Amino acid sequence: MTQFRPRFLLAGLLAGAVQFGILGFAFADTTILNVSYDPTRELYKDYNEAFAKHWKAETGETVTIRASHGGSGKQARAVIDGLDADVVTLALESDIDAIAEKTRKIAPDWRGKLPNNSSPYTSTIIFLVRKGNPKGIKDWGDLVKDDVQIITPNPKTSGGARWNYLAAWAWAYKEYGGDEARIKDYIGTLYKHVPVLDTGARGSTVTFAERGLGDVLLAWENEAYLALDEFGADQFDIVIPPSSILAEPPVAVVDGNVDAKGTRKVAEAYLEYLYSEEGQRIAAKHHYRPSKPELVPSEDLQKLPELKLVTIDDPIFGGWKKVQPEHFGDGGIFDQLYKPGQ
Amino acid sequence: MTTTQAETGWRFRQTSVIPGFGLTLGFTLTYLTLIILIPLSGLVWHTAALGWSDFWAIATDRRTVKALEVSFGTALAAAAVNVVFGTLVAWALVRYRFPGRRVIDAMVDLPFALPTAVAGIALTSLYAPRGWIGNLLAPLGIKVAYTPLGIVIALIFIGLPFVVRTVQPIIEEIDKEVEEAAATLGASRFQTISRVLLPGLAPAILTGFALAFARGVGEYGSVIFIAGNLPYVSEIAPLLIVIRLEEYSYAAATGIATIMLALSFLMLLVINLIQTWSRKRYG
Amino acid sequence: MVDLSFTAAADTRDTGTTASAVTENRATRWTVLAVVFAFIAVFLLLPLILVFAEAFKRGWAPYMEAIVEPDSIAAIRLTLLVAAIAVPLNLVFGVAAAWAIAKFEFKGKAFLTTLIDLPFSVSPVISGLVYVLLFGANSLLGPWLKSHGIEILFAVPGIVLATIFVTFPFVARELIPLMQDQGTGDEEAALSLGANGWQTFWYVTLPNIKWGLLYGVLLCNARAMGEFGAVSVVSGHIRGLTNTMPLHVEILYNEYNAVGAFAVASLLAGLALLTLVLKTILEIRYGHAIAASRGH
Repeated sequence: MTQFRPRFLLAGLLAGAVQFGILGFAFADTTILNVSYDPTRELYKDYNEAFAKHWKAETGETVTIRASHGGSGKQARAVIDGLDADVVTLALESDIDAIAEKTRKIAPDWRGKLPNNSSPYTSTIIFLVRKGNPKGIKDWGDLVKDDVQIITPNPKTSGGARWNYLAAWAWAYKEYGGDEARIKDYIGTLYKHVPVLDTGARGSTVTFAERGLGDVLLAWENEAYLALDEFGADQFDIVIPPSSILAEPPVAVVDGNVDAKGTRKVAEAYLEYLYSEEGQRIAAKHHYRPSKPELVPSEDLQKLPELKLVTIDDPIFGGWKKVQPEHFGDGGIFDQLYKPGQ
Repeated sequence: MTTTQAETGWRFRQTSVIPGFGLTLGFTLTYLTLIILIPLSGLVWHTAALGWSDFWAIATDRRTVKALEVSFGTALAAAAVNVVFGTLVAWALVRYRFPGRRVIDAMVDLPFALPTAVAGIALTSLYAPRGWIGNLLAPLGIKVAYTPLGIVIALIFIGLPFVVRTVQPIIEEIDKEVEEAAATLGASRFQTISRVLLPGLAPAILTGFALAFARGVGEYGSVIFIAGNLPYVSEIAPLLIVIRLEEYSYAAATGIATIMLALSFLMLLVINLIQTWSRKRYG
Repeated sequence: MVDLSFTAAADTRDTGTTASAVTENRATRWTVLAVVFAFIAVFLLLPLILVFAEAFKRGWAPYMEAIVEPDSIAAIRLTLLVAAIAVPLNLVFGVAAAWAIAKFEFKGKAFLTTLIDLPFSVSPVISGLVYVLLFGANSLLGPWLKSHGIEILFAVPGIVLATIFVTFPFVARELIPLMQDQGTGDEEAALSLGANGWQTFWYVTLPNIKWGLLYGVLLCNARAMGEFGAVSVVSGHIRGLTNTMPLHVEILYNEYNAVGAFAVASLLAGLALLTLVLKTILEIRYGHAIAASRGH
């Protein structure tokens, strides 16, 4: 029998042990976690840097901001399941409401805690089309023309997709004088033109811009401009429809988590600073509509044109508390209308 | 195997001079229970708490049914393709000597070693309308990425080694005298292959098919990038579980997961049956 | 690198003379080979080439930039950490399970083997989901652990658990057939010469199974570093903290950072290639010892 020393085994275990030692997660300073939705990646990358600098200057403390991005509904689910968010900056009021209801970690009156219904920036839904707009898409009615393919994410999981859906609904409501059967027919037809239903807004942008699918992308305004910046303005045109919806992505401190971790002060400051001059300018730079436009130099606002915007609190909808179960709940209107492959 | 035969009467194990039975089996069972059994029974327990009528509603929901159909249908198609090409690859690797044989032999295991997400984005980039293969197929009107066909492609990639690696050792074991005898008796090469060799390979091919199929049904990482994820059309069951979770619908997620789990059990059982059967028949 | 194509000529001579009796005619052989090459090229080689082509599309500098970026480094570290915990645990389990199953006859053995195989056929998503149900905020255990300061879900322990679940059978499945094949003769001899159980294992059994063991560890490690579905469900996708390499690839991909995504992907693909090369070397040099465990 040869003398065999199981050296490779020991070496493997040793390597494992060494990695343990080196990798011990040590953060000497405060760390907060911002759980956000898909299209805000670039915005918060800039903002986190700016805030960390501001906080250092103000208090001398070093703060590390961690970010998690994904479909708004998915992110809310993770927080409900225990993801330790200090602040949530999501696409929809109803996602934050869901966290508040299911975990009681957010006070029910969170919406009143910060200015402008806790929305430091707003946005709207516009169209991104192929260069030269070959299909001639100008308004919501053009979307259901025979040969048009629409890219939009799944309203059940994506916040942006719900705004897309509601913007289309608002247009149809006006067009058909509130005739519900005709509105539903329009929405149903619209979703028959959708070849891919991604789970998040970012997935849809990739599908449209990088994969070359579809004739028109229903997109957050900021997401559409970002696509222009990333892929070059020679590939796409932005089409601003005459009317759309005022999307108010809200922010909130997760009270339960910040109190447990002792990070309330910095978490609150983090959200408040979004309303400062610097916060508002960063938002505008990333094509969000600042809630305090007076703080932003006017040339940054020029790219954000005026259009007729319906709000979620308009009687057509009656607020998120009503819209969420009625349209997007299990068996709701979207489920009734969305039946592809039939 | 054992030095002393077990005495008459029921005994949990036959006696043996080898030590360590209690220790190793004890550790195995503890670890198995902690890592696999408790979590899985948690799933079953959650589903049981649903009640029969709720569970039935989830199981017969049209979207669930469609997603299961897509998962099973595409896995079946991919496994069928792999049976044909996998057997050919195995045959070539064993019977032919050609330059690069070693490299191809090693390449077959690539899907085992390559992370599924990497495979997913690579295949998507290849087959998207602007990809290397996609732009060749586009003028022919063939769409692969974002259609059920794309799922099949991803599952062919994932499942190939299962077929090759199950069939290959059996081909290696074939006694060439059998073929010589068949040829001497006047059988053409085609007859020898179809009447003599293939029946002998059938159990291995079936096992490979079942393994590739079972793996394909549950596959997630490589599929979600290329599938298009269109409900009722190209949405696979594992993705539907994730979507239900994202909609806070734990009941639906666990319900679908339990159905898939039960089907996986069934698949394993079938695989084991095939193997037992073939062992009995072919020794 | 090793020369991977050296066995060509050895046993080919007989095909020319005895011809059609035990092999196909030349035309058929060429067709089969052409099909095999085309199939492998399109389905296996092309995706692999694409990963590297996309990663180096803009040259070396952006590639390195994408890899040394702090979030990528953090993802690489996390992936190494997870594998460094999951693989040794499954290695110990695999050896113990193979010992119990291969060296002894007992009731319920077939059932036990089936249970060990189970993670092979469970969807990775379900592997993640079970831990969400077990440790989530709505579970029994989750809140209790949390009140004691233990984080499982959306933290490293959850990722490790899901990885262990997925890679659970790899080592055991390589070892069981190998050890069954070898029987118990060597061990019995050692024991009769006065060795104790541990000595028997270290000096007799381990040398017999070392190559099969290494082989199982290689596959286990490749899967542990590459797992996506299960980890995706239990990770909170926090940049720099709970993103493993495969998750980081997805995130970069979704940020239009194709070069970055494929750069990190190329590291994983490189690892896969390394695994294949090592595996091939093992097979060439120790083929007889591993053959028994092949093709389960």
